[in-house]
Amino acid sequence: MVAQNIGFAIIAIVMVVGALRVVTTTNVVHAALWLVVVLAGAAAQYILLAAEFVAVTQVLVYIGAVMVLFLFGTMLTRSRIGRDSGLNNSYAKLGIPVAVVLFAAMSLALADSFGTEKLPTDGEIVTTQQVSDQIFGPYLLPFWALSFVLLAAVIGAIVLARKD
Amino acid sequence: MLVNQFLFLAALLFCIGVYGVIARKNAVLVLMSIELILNAVNLNFVAFALRNGNADGHTFALYIIAIAAAEVGVGLGLVLLIFRNRRTISLDDLSEMKG
Repeated sequence: MVAQNIGFAIIAIVMVVGALRVVTTTNVVHAALWLVVVLAGAAAQYILLAAEFVAVTQVLVYIGAVMVLFLFGTMLTRSRIGRDSGLNNSYAKLGIPVAVVLFAAMSLALADSFGTEKLPTDGEIVTTQQVSDQIFGPYLLPFWALSFVLLAAVIGAIVLARKD
Repeated sequence: MLVNQFLFLAALLFCIGVYGVIARKNAVLVLMSIELILNAVNLNFVAFALRNGNADGHTFALYIIAIAAAEVGVGLGLVLLIFRNRRTISLDDLSEMKG
């Protein structure tokens, strides 16, 4: 129990620091690499939450595919590889009060709703088999829609990015 | 482990992502901030799946991961097209639709 909390705290601190670096760094490639830290931390939290299939998918899809897309996007748009002072809006400071107020509102709601409720330690662990039963059972229609969205996205990305 | 520790972490990540969307001018960095937001939502889904003991949260976390991949593909395709036509991906310079 204590070990889990220590693990959570370490990973959470790494994730928050990484997320802050993503939105404040002046180097696009560094932002992408800090985003890898955040995504890997999220995968670790999923393992802590007994969701090993989601964690593996996170590593494969996000860290494997999405990050490569981001790095290619950075490269192809010839964003300056290196420090760049023109990454922020002139009104960037406005984002700080917005984010703080949003977090305060969410914190109040969360503290009010869940308080010190504990996660069950002896309950049923969701297995990958149950997840697949869900996907190919009651949630089959969203799965089909999702397949169609992915197909449309692949075709759309090719059409958009093609030189003609 | 408390339910709230995961929900607070997700809320914090969400707010950092919102700040990034507001503060950033570079389109690729805005897309990265959107990824932060989507990950925060995923963390909530998986935490609630463990709390309620059913697989719905995992299912939708997987769906969100797939949607995020599609979104990044199309988003970067658009950014690439904008860059090719305008030689810039600064969102401040794309103001033709301003009334």
